[in-house]
Amino acid sequence: MKAVSLEDAIAMIPTGASIMVGGFMGVGTPERLLDELVRQKKSNISLISNDAATPGKGVGKLFEGAQVAHMIGTHIGLNPKAQQQMLGKQITVDLIPQGTFVERIRAGGCGLGGVLTPTGVGTLVEEGKQKIDVGGKSYLLETALRADFALVHAFLADYAGNLSYALTARNFNPVMAMAADTVIVTAEHIVPVGVIAPDHVITPAPLVDYLVANG
Amino acid sequence: MDAQTTIARRVAQELRPGNLVNLGIGIPTLVANYVPPGLNIFFQSENGLIGTGPIPEQGMAHPLLTDAGGKPISALPGAATFDSAMSFGLIRGGHVDITVLGGLQVDAGGRLANWTIPGKMVPGMGGAMDLVSGAKRVIVAMQHAAKGKSKIVAKCNLPLTSVRPIDLVVTDMAVIAFPGGNATLQETAPGVTIAEVLAVTEAELVVPDKVPEMKL
Repeated sequence: MKAVSLEDAIAMIPTGASIMVGGFMGVGTPERLLDELVRQKKSNISLISNDAATPGKGVGKLFEGAQVAHMIGTHIGLNPKAQQQMLGKQITVDLIPQGTFVERIRAGGCGLGGVLTPTGVGTLVEEGKQKIDVGGKSYLLETALRADFALVHAFLADYAGNLSYALTARNFNPVMAMAADTVIVTAEHIVPVGVIAPDHVITPAPLVDYLVANG
Repeated sequence: MDAQTTIARRVAQELRPGNLVNLGIGIPTLVANYVPPGLNIFFQSENGLIGTGPIPEQGMAHPLLTDAGGKPISALPGAATFDSAMSFGLIRGGHVDITVLGGLQVDAGGRLANWTIPGKMVPGMGGAMDLVSGAKRVIVAMQHAAKGKSKIVAKCNLPLTSVRPIDLVVTDMAVIAFPGGNATLQETAPGVTIAEVLAVTEAELVVPDKVPEMKL
C-alpha cells in the first residue's frame, strides 16, 4: 500500500478506463474521489456501479458532465440525468440483476471464469447467454467482471491499508476491492495499525494499492 | 380502510415467528407497520442489513445506515450487517423466508412482471429478479386494477421478472393463490363480492365453494 494525495490518485486514471465504484445509492461511495474525477474532467469512463445514485451524489456526479460512456449496473431509476443519457443513446447501459452483478464481480476477484445463477432464466436477461443444466435445473452462465480501477470507501483504514466498513456502507466495496488491477481507497478515519483487530479486518492490506490521504 | 392499508394488513398476516423477510418499495414497505408485536420478524434490507428498524427520530439518523432507497433507517438490537455478495447469497440461496414485492402484472399461472414497461419505464431490475427466483415464498402486494384495467391478467405481456411462479397475490379486492398453477380465489376484501372480483379480473379464476372474507 502506498499513501497518495487525492489529486495524484485520480491523475493515474487514463481516459477511457473501466472503473468500479463502491456504494449503494451513494452510501459507501468515495465522494472525494468522485469530486476529483469531475474536477480533472476524466472522460469516456466505463462505469461499473450498482446504481447511478441521484444527481449530485456519488457516481451521479459523473453524469452531469457526461463523463460516462458505458455503464454496467442494476438500477438507474433515481437519476433522471442517467436515464436521459441512456434513452438518448449518449451512453450505453447494461442493466443486470443485482445478485448477478455482485457475483460477476466476486468471480472476477476470485479467479473464476463466471458463475451459474438461476436468476434471469426465461426472461429478457437470458438473451445471448449460455444456459447450462445442472442436476435438472437451468442456470445462466454469467461471466466474470473486472475493471482497471476500483474506487473503494472504507470506514477505518490503518496505516498498513487494512480496511473495515460501517453499517450499510459496506455493500459492494469489499467485493470490488478484489476485482480491479488498481485499488484506490478513501476512509473516514485513518488509524494506527492495531486499531482494527485482525478479526475485524474485512479487506486485508495487500489488496489495497493506494490509500488517499485525508485532507 | 384505504386500499393500501387493506393490502398491507392482510399481507402482514402471512408472516410467521422468526421469519427472515424482505420488503420491496411501495405498498410492501407498509407491511412492517402491521406486524403484531412479539413475532420477532427479521427484516432484511438488500443493501446489507438484517434487523432494520423504524425511521430514526429527528437527529438520530446516521448517513451510513440506510435502506435500499438510500433513506435513513435504524437497526434493531441483534441486527447484522454484511456485504452485497452475502446479501444476495441470502436471497438467492433460499434463506429469505418471504419476500413481498409490488407488481405490474400477475398472470393466471402466477407469473410476475414488475420491473419494466419497455419504452416507458426502464429503471433496471435491481434485486427483483433474484428475490423472485430465490425467496422461499413470494407474495405480491398490489392494486387489483390500474385505471380500470385488471393487473391480474391471462398472460403477462410485460417482460417477466422470473419464470418461477409467485405464491400469493394480495390486492385491495382479493387474495389469490396458485395451487397446481391455477389462479384460485382465496379471500375477498371486506364488502367486496365474488362477482365484483370476477368482473375486474382478466385472468380466469378458480372459485372454490367457500371463499371467506379477509379478517383484518
